[in-house]
Amino acid sequence: MAEEPDKDRSMLLQKEMIGAHYRRLEAAPETGEPVVYTFVPGNLTELIRSFGALPVLPEINALQSAMRGRSMPFIAAAEKAGHSEDVCSYVKCDVGMMKAGNVGPTGTRLPKPDLLLLSYTGCYTFMKWFELLREEYQCPTVFLQVPYQGDGAETPAQRAFMVRQIRESLIPALEKVSGRKYDEDLLRENLARSAASEDDLVAVLQSAKKTPSPIDAYFGAVYYVGPIFSAFRGTEEGRAYYAELRREVEERAARGEGPSTPSGRLDRQKHRLVVEGPPNWTHFREFWRMFADEGAVVVASTYSKVGGTYDFGFRHDPGDPLGSLADYCSGCYTNRSLPSRVAMLESYVKEYGADGFLVHSVKSCNSFSAGQLTILREVERRTGAPGAFIESDLVDARYFSAANLKNRLESYFQMLDARRAGATA
Amino acid sequence: MTRREIVDWAAAVADDLEFGAARAWLSEDPGSKAAGYLPVYAPREVIAACGMLPVGVHGGGDRLEIIRGDAFYQSYICHLPRSVVELAESRRLAFLSAMLFPATCDVIRNLSGVWQLLYPQIYVRYLDLPQVADPEAGAAFWREELATLARGLGEVSGHPATDDTLREAIAAGNEARRLVRQLYALRREKPWSVPTEELILLMRAGETVPLEAFVEKMRAYLAVAEAGPARVRDRARVLVVGAFCEQPPLGLIKTIERSGCFIVDDDFLLGNRLLGPDVLLEGDPLEALARAFVLHAKRTSTVYEPDPAGKRAAMKERAAAAGADGIIFASASFCDPALLDRPMLRAGAEAAGIPCIAFQFAENTGQFQQFREQAGTFADSIKLWGGA
Repeated sequence: MAEEPDKDRSMLLQKEMIGAHYRRLEAAPETGEPVVYTFVPGNLTELIRSFGALPVLPEINALQSAMRGRSMPFIAAAEKAGHSEDVCSYVKCDVGMMKAGNVGPTGTRLPKPDLLLLSYTGCYTFMKWFELLREEYQCPTVFLQVPYQGDGAETPAQRAFMVRQIRESLIPALEKVSGRKYDEDLLRENLARSAASEDDLVAVLQSAKKTPSPIDAYFGAVYYVGPIFSAFRGTEEGRAYYAELRREVEERAARGEGPSTPSGRLDRQKHRLVVEGPPNWTHFREFWRMFADEGAVVVASTYSKVGGTYDFGFRHDPGDPLGSLADYCSGCYTNRSLPSRVAMLESYVKEYGADGFLVHSVKSCNSFSAGQLTILREVERRTGAPGAFIESDLVDARYFSAANLKNRLESYFQMLDARRAGATA
Repeated sequence: MTRREIVDWAAAVADDLEFGAARAWLSEDPGSKAAGYLPVYAPREVIAACGMLPVGVHGGGDRLEIIRGDAFYQSYICHLPRSVVELAESRRLAFLSAMLFPATCDVIRNLSGVWQLLYPQIYVRYLDLPQVADPEAGAAFWREELATLARGLGEVSGHPATDDTLREAIAAGNEARRLVRQLYALRREKPWSVPTEELILLMRAGETVPLEAFVEKMRAYLAVAEAGPARVRDRARVLVVGAFCEQPPLGLIKTIERSGCFIVDDDFLLGNRLLGPDVLLEGDPLEALARAFVLHAKRTSTVYEPDPAGKRAAMKERAAAAGADGIIFASASFCDPALLDRPMLRAGAEAAGIPCIAFQFAENTGQFQQFREQAGTFADSIKLWGGA
């Protein structure tokens, strides 16, 4: 099998887009484009872009650094500066990168933020993260509280609260740093492009219902959601990327082909899995290969919904710009209650014809991880699909034990084989 | 009542993992109900106004063997949720008709979902505290949350809260907070009169008994602590920061105080004094509670700090207010709020020239030797070189 995956057209296109974005960020101090740091869940990219500002997503920087093998010195530097071993490695990677000169994963220098837009969506650590960054950058910070869907749905009062904050706090802050007035027509145009991209993304993700699946909805989906989770939602480049991606996946499906993986194209798919939890980034390809080598394809994942849940019908709505931004934030995966997460997973297992359910639990992220053992048992109970539980971390390589993971996964796949054999005997 | 009698009462209540005092209250009226809440802050007044007994659920400490709870949580998650689940799975919390989960961190937030899945017959509510800088928006949001909570608990208890019952509960809460503040002030002034191990037992007991019983014991304790002769001792005065959720075992608190320190301020059971001045009794009571939180709640790691200089200033201000010579950052292992805050708080303290040490604990920590050595050395260094 080939060491390198076949590069899809969309992958090459994305690589160009990301490279160009980082170069544009590096040039921002000269071009005068304002820079807004914000987080992936609850990112308001359409709004930020409508002010001519450029978004920076610290989680993306951290995971990209880890994929390039650069996260550990950053984490070590942060721990040396007093950050606990026990806390989120994304934060430490970001803090360490900043202390080392803020050179981003692609080798270009990241500009200082003109504004920290703390969209407090589904993750407590975000709040501390930007308090920490504010200490360093001494720049304005604006806060958007996105209420948690504790009762399983967004309430009208919660929606009104978010819209009020966007209108009364966020927009004035963006006006101030950009020197531009709020232009709702421009925002509507961005949102229309977002909705078109979201249609295409959902078509791509739902193509995994086919057998064989033309995509891997966990490892492969990391690439598919990259632009929409980061700087490109609502942009023309983003819209073009998703149109191209959809075309590519539909062509592959028509040919009955599986997705590209680090072990080559996965046409012969023995196991169809649903996966809960983020991937490991320090050993991303090695981790993926543990699945691909066993003929396991992931047909649905929750991580691919962390920056927005679109496959249950939500679309950004140009007709209700601020309300729809609020709905978007509220619906991000980790802002949903555990029963909602279980219901989502149950529907994935059933609708995507999965024969197994796997939790990859990461040490860094309590928002995902706390409660996952209960989720595992509940999804197993409701679907009958056998579950498995493996652990590592996001960007701290010390918690990635390849032998242990491989051993557990192989045992799990053998169990799935035995179960299948038993069912057909 | 003597000091010993009060402290014995408090210890018996605080150590009782069967929640006998709360069960006794319930048995007096078969139709009555109780609502549990987790750290850090829950509006006990709303629970009481619905005719229910508020019961703080602060884990099993070092007195509970974890048999089932570990099956619910990975090794890298703090100890508190596993002991809370252990309490529930062993039916020790079966007397609760409702459970409230305040916005403390993602672990407690998700524990609300675990509860919804495991115990669907219980009323479960996640309390999304207001975090925004704009007090008007924050108060409006929190008032709405409180109203939703009051409706929900009213349905559970069969006694919907009214403005009158809310005001009555607020008045009682104000009185209890005044007494807590008095006790903390007395400890600041005469720490030898109020050993923290006794103070903590009283606070813990106060979380699980009816408020009147707590107030009665607090008054009695204050009287004996203010009047009683006590040997003045010269020790290092320290602020203990970071233990606002998972509580340290009593042995750890004793260890700190017996190694040459007086604890003159702390975060233990912070929810009982989070609101500052008295909550207003005039006007809409839910609005008053909401505004009290938004405008006057103490700074804590679980709530956003809108002031860019706030984190750096926090320790200097607290140490000055308490007359503390040094700060001990004592956080529960894997406690995101405390551990993520620590670098900022410590940097502020060190910039102000305040000596600091840091360690981590779990509620079931059983070995204290390392803490004794660390705190003892810290106290010695303050005494030898402090103010130099």
